[in-house]
Amino acid sequence: MPALAGKELRIVGFLCNWCSYGGADTAGVGRFSQPTDLRIIRVPCSGRINPLFVAKTLLSGADGVLVSGCHPRDCHYAEGNFYARRRLEVFKRFLPTMGIDPDRFDYTWVSASEGQRWQKVVTTFTEQIHKLGPAPRFGFAHEQNPATAAAC
Amino acid sequence: MKIGVFVCHCGSNIGGTVDAAKVAEAAREFPDVVFTSDTMYACSEPGQDGIIQAIKDNQLDGVVVSSCTPRMHEPTFRRTVERAGLNRFMFEMANIREHVSWIGKDKEANTNKAIELTGIAVEKLRRDQPLFAKQFDINKRVLVIGGGVAGIQAALDCADGDREVVLVERESTIGGKMAKLDKTFPTVDCSSCILGPKMVDVAQHPKIQLYAMAEVEEIGGYVGNFEVKIRRKAPYVNWDLCTGCGLCMEKCPSKKSTDRFNEQVGSTTAINIPFPQAIPKKAVIDPKFCIKLTKGKCGICAKICPTKAIVFEQQEEIISESVGAIVAATGYDLFDISKYGEYGGGRLPDVITGLQYERLLSASGPTGGHVKRPSDGKEPKTIVFVQCVGSRDKSVDRPYCSGFCCMYTAKQAILTKDHIPDSTSYVFYMDIRSPGKMYDEFTRRAMEEYGTQYVRGRVSMIYPQGDKLMVRGADTLMGTQVEVEADLVVLAAGAEAAVGAPQLAEKLRISYDKYGFFMESHPKLRPVETNTAGVYLAGSCQGPKDIPASVAQGSAAAAKVLALFAKDKLENDPMISLVDMKRCVGCGKCVRVCPFGAIKEIDVRGEPKAEVIETVCQGCGLCTATCPQGAIQLSHFTDNQILAEVNALCQL
Repeated sequence: MPALAGKELRIVGFLCNWCSYGGADTAGVGRFSQPTDLRIIRVPCSGRINPLFVAKTLLSGADGVLVSGCHPRDCHYAEGNFYARRRLEVFKRFLPTMGIDPDRFDYTWVSASEGQRWQKVVTTFTEQIHKLGPAPRFGFAHEQNPATAAAC
Repeated sequence: MKIGVFVCHCGSNIGGTVDAAKVAEAAREFPDVVFTSDTMYACSEPGQDGIIQAIKDNQLDGVVVSSCTPRMHEPTFRRTVERAGLNRFMFEMANIREHVSWIGKDKEANTNKAIELTGIAVEKLRRDQPLFAKQFDINKRVLVIGGGVAGIQAALDCADGDREVVLVERESTIGGKMAKLDKTFPTVDCSSCILGPKMVDVAQHPKIQLYAMAEVEEIGGYVGNFEVKIRRKAPYVNWDLCTGCGLCMEKCPSKKSTDRFNEQVGSTTAINIPFPQAIPKKAVIDPKFCIKLTKGKCGICAKICPTKAIVFEQQEEIISESVGAIVAATGYDLFDISKYGEYGGGRLPDVITGLQYERLLSASGPTGGHVKRPSDGKEPKTIVFVQCVGSRDKSVDRPYCSGFCCMYTAKQAILTKDHIPDSTSYVFYMDIRSPGKMYDEFTRRAMEEYGTQYVRGRVSMIYPQGDKLMVRGADTLMGTQVEVEADLVVLAAGAEAAVGAPQLAEKLRISYDKYGFFMESHPKLRPVETNTAGVYLAGSCQGPKDIPASVAQGSAAAAKVLALFAKDKLENDPMISLVDMKRCVGCGKCVRVCPFGAIKEIDVRGEPKAEVIETVCQGCGLCTATCPQGAIQLSHFTDNQILAEVNALCQL
């Protein structure tokens, strides 16, 4: 399933079910128009997100990854987002070591009532990714072009 | 595995900007998909019947519905697939309405995105397992937080439904804002005459345990089994002994204490009973003003108290209660009028809030029901009411309408005329919002029968001139500037979330909006439920409400609680964590990370292993993300499932 060539880049969002997924719903109900690049994967809590998911996503060819959860102190599971914050902050600093531009990853907090904030977050992040352009497909060249793969 | 994909048009909601037929056609190419169709309304009866028929005809093992948000209709479709004989967890939903059709206009991009979202749902479904719920016992007691009219109603309804109720109130008496009102609109009923009996019912009800002067300190547990810690502040009076005789109030020499009940209009004694109808009718010492507590001298109340109830050494205490459900009814606070510097609220003594004016009108208020100016005690003849002070005003971060101010201003204008027949009232308003039953008629009466002068326009400033207040504003209907010489100005202060509401929401693990009001589960269809099971809302803590709406919500919340308690056992959500004993190395990281204490360490043939207590696990997946071995997996959101979704999205 290629992203719409020319128009879109591949941006994956991991959203917690209770706040940010709800916030994205609220943005939809409010008809707040957004770029279409982002695909959302629903998880129960931002604390469910293993930073390796993000690494895997970026290494598999995503151009950007956005994680969003409940505002700190406002977690449906009491403290899940605190764990998320700690893990993701460390992970963000680790990204350059993997050769990934840390600007391709961001995490944020959007509550279920903040439709407008979600619209802003998506728009800003998408613009940021478009500014960076498609991610370099290092190490996966053969997947892109069978001909070169055969030549290797 | 055989998967069926159903793409919903949702009328033109999805169909307008997504080519649903094309999505259904593209879905046929996904692995394991054997059946696809697009339907006009998947959630309707024919839509659901179509899904059931397709499951039966094609012997499907799992179903994907691409439609609206799973937060809306996932339970609906789970029931549908269950009716067709599948396990209800063999179902996935792709959100192509809220996340696609409603936020993008480009049909090609939208259709493409809808196909991808359907694709990840298929990939997730391919790795789904049937899940089965476990049952657990519930504690059938309910905690009601807040003893205003909504909380009182919820408590009484639950108690009448034969359930034990713990009612926690922050102030020393229940009654909330309604107890401070003189009369209620639109019937001009005496407020305490209709609320008083209810308050007495609370005090006398054998099923209600009332904790006044108490706040919720900590909430743990989950639906059916909440553990609550309540902090009870010290009234410095042994309430078991206090009879509420009021002797102490007569003799207390510290007569300048802040009168919270009378909204700081006038003052009270350091030891006081807030008002004659207070429930519980017990004396409380305000430690800020008590001479004994501040200076160590006095102690007159202790000497004259006939039951020796005064205890200056009293400390606050923590009480633990176990309940099965919680009703939050913490109400609202009034907007701080001093934020409008140009109106002089808080600076000019004769500029007061609506609630303060209410106390001036009340026969049980500080002036005995005679309207007197706070500055010099004279009877005002010209009274100006200013509406929308702290509502519908973005500049003070209160863009919402508080809903009841139009009505209480009309009521106060009517009452003013009754109290002072030769007075003139002016009301500066933006629009009149009076949508309730008999409400518009009521405001009309204020204008036509009582001769209240309604001026459409905002007040720009209020300044003192001699012993009068000059109110300068605009009359936008006449297109002129107006100036009124007033004796008293009443600001119709809007409502805002109660102090500490966000902190309480965090303890309850419910969401709140940016103004601090609690969020309901669905604004239309689940108005008293929250997204946390077993926690319900009543009254103005959810948004500004008048008395009938608060009472209705109190009863609605009680009905929800009683419905929950109608079952002896609850079923857990089977989307919980499971431990692979072979991979578990017993490091105990999951035990430490679990916010619910749902994982315990067990001994398996001499080796430590983790085990999930199935009815306690809430399915957050913190343990799954923590486990270094990947041994504990959250069912339905396993690592493999999430990675499969990632793979589906990132295929080149």
